[in-house]
Amino acid sequence: MQTSAANEMGLIARILAGEKELFHELIRPYERMVFLTLFSIVKNETEAEDGAQEAVISAYRHLSSFRGEAKFSTWLTTIAINEGRKRLRKAKGAAEESIDERIEGQEGEYTPAPLTDWREIPLEALERKELREVLRVAVAELPDIYREVFTLRDLEELNVEETAQALGINAGAVKVRLHRARILLQKRLVPLLKTMAPARRSFFGRAR
Amino acid sequence: MKVDCKHVWEHISEYIDNGVDAKLREEIERHLEHCEICSAILDSTRNILVLTADDRTFELPVGYSERMHKRLAKELASPEQDSDDK
Repeated sequence: MQTSAANEMGLIARILAGEKELFHELIRPYERMVFLTLFSIVKNETEAEDGAQEAVISAYRHLSSFRGEAKFSTWLTTIAINEGRKRLRKAKGAAEESIDERIEGQEGEYTPAPLTDWREIPLEALERKELREVLRVAVAELPDIYREVFTLRDLEELNVEETAQALGINAGAVKVRLHRARILLQKRLVPLLKTMAPARRSFFGRAR
Repeated sequence: MKVDCKHVWEHISEYIDNGVDAKLREEIERHLEHCEICSAILDSTRNILVLTADDRTFELPVGYSERMHKRLAKELASPEQDSDDK
């Protein structure tokens, strides 16, 4: 991500050699990533923040076991995923996983919402609270296994390999889940966003 | 091979990620030129991905970073941090 890998390995070596304070610096670029990972699993802000703190502390305590085979970001994401799942298990029991398997097994209806004209929603529109809310709800409502992959790939911008590594699944599964997540979001959001697109073409109309 | 809409939808995610091979890419692009439904689906999907990935959509809780580093500072200050614990 933001920090170069060599720089990062240098930081880690110094932390392990006793310059503990540098851990603050090491972790700073990844704070958002850790939170989003936790949030994609536990779906609750407070719980996600608590989990993010635990994950970061755990990363610090286990830093000497980081060998640099994976990127630090992937390693840290794996810790965050484990922390999230631990919390989920504690909260809900084991019911969740069997539901996931069923979702993945079936060849469901993953077809996009058809439309003939899309007027782009510009980034400025994100100033509107209700738009942000609509987007967040749509992501939150994705089935868990799709939301996890979507979060790592599209929100945190991990690549396919890193996502597969962090989740302990193969690259093919990452691609299938990501595809379905995106189609489900498109299907869900297009009708909602069309009603939210402002009428004034002079302002929003970026005609293709 | 002629590409139909359904075929484009199946590859839309990989297409967005530049993951389809050159031949398929060309077929998809030829299809997109005359199919306004698939073009609109592609545009809307891309637009939605840009919007959801924006930092403003998923905001961090206020004070998140400060609390994180405060907690961390406490941990770093504690004597038994050496990583041989489990």
